[in-house]
Amino acid sequence: MSAAALRPLAGLAAGLVFGLGLVISGMADPAKVLAFLDIAGAWDPSLAFVMGGAIAVALPGFLLLPRRGAPALGGRFELPTARAIDRNLLLGAALFGLGWGIGGFCPGPAFTALTLAAPGTLVFVPAMLAGMWLGHRLRGGRLAGPAAPAR
Amino acid sequence: MPLDPTPFTPWMSLLGGVLIGIASLMVLGLLGRIAGISGITLAAMRPGGDRGWRIGFLLGLVAAPLAWAALGNGAVAQSVPGNLPAMALAGLLVGAGSILGAGCTSGHGVCGLSRLSPRSMVAVPLFMAVAAATVFAIRHLLGGGA
Repeated sequence: MSAAALRPLAGLAAGLVFGLGLVISGMADPAKVLAFLDIAGAWDPSLAFVMGGAIAVALPGFLLLPRRGAPALGGRFELPTARAIDRNLLLGAALFGLGWGIGGFCPGPAFTALTLAAPGTLVFVPAMLAGMWLGHRLRGGRLAGPAAPAR
Repeated sequence: MPLDPTPFTPWMSLLGGVLIGIASLMVLGLLGRIAGISGITLAAMRPGGDRGWRIGFLLGLVAAPLAWAALGNGAVAQSVPGNLPAMALAGLLVGAGSILGAGCTSGHGVCGLSRLSPRSMVAVPLFMAVAAATVFAIRHLLGGGA
């Protein structure tokens, strides 16, 4: 099998490991996310440990792996290069935080919740996809055409 | 009604976080990309481009709780807010905000902070603060929950 043919399988494997991480950590449970954000209530600080564990592993990797020259399955490293703190970044992060605080879902956990088919999930996910399309339009992007500059 | 309080689970949360870090490095080392869920989702929805691995990644996310249950762990505990209009608004805001801000909890939170990206170092504290303020307003000022 060529390296290019392995790319979808690598994506599947990474998504599975990522999803298991969300499930095991409790991040996939909106109740736990909202309890983490509820500092003035019955605060559950667990999710700080999720971020801590993930960054402890990823930080040295992001430092070392790009020095290898090319990714293992072909192509090249394509990492964001933007550095400007602009209006879109601030407005986007604020809108994201507002939605995250209302629903307790960010995009990854929302996908892991699909098969459990709770009504709130089945409303949230299509709205999120529509919102992504809207966000893309607000950035001036078209739906078809070359890849978006967003990651 | 707000959802019930949840127990403090430092070790399981740390272990899950380590898995998320490993998965992010799989995407980086094998595919050369950022494991940002919002960016992956948008690119997977758009025709053309390098969609194969992205669709695979999303399928992996969707399948993860089934794999967890198949390993003998039983169903995953998830309490999803039941206020459907609020959840529709939340989804719209999360989707639009993540693309406008070029990243969510994974792209800015895990990958961006690990890359020491100055944009992520602004975005993450900002969305955490707004999210915490939102929960405070809903639960302690309005006395409800989604």
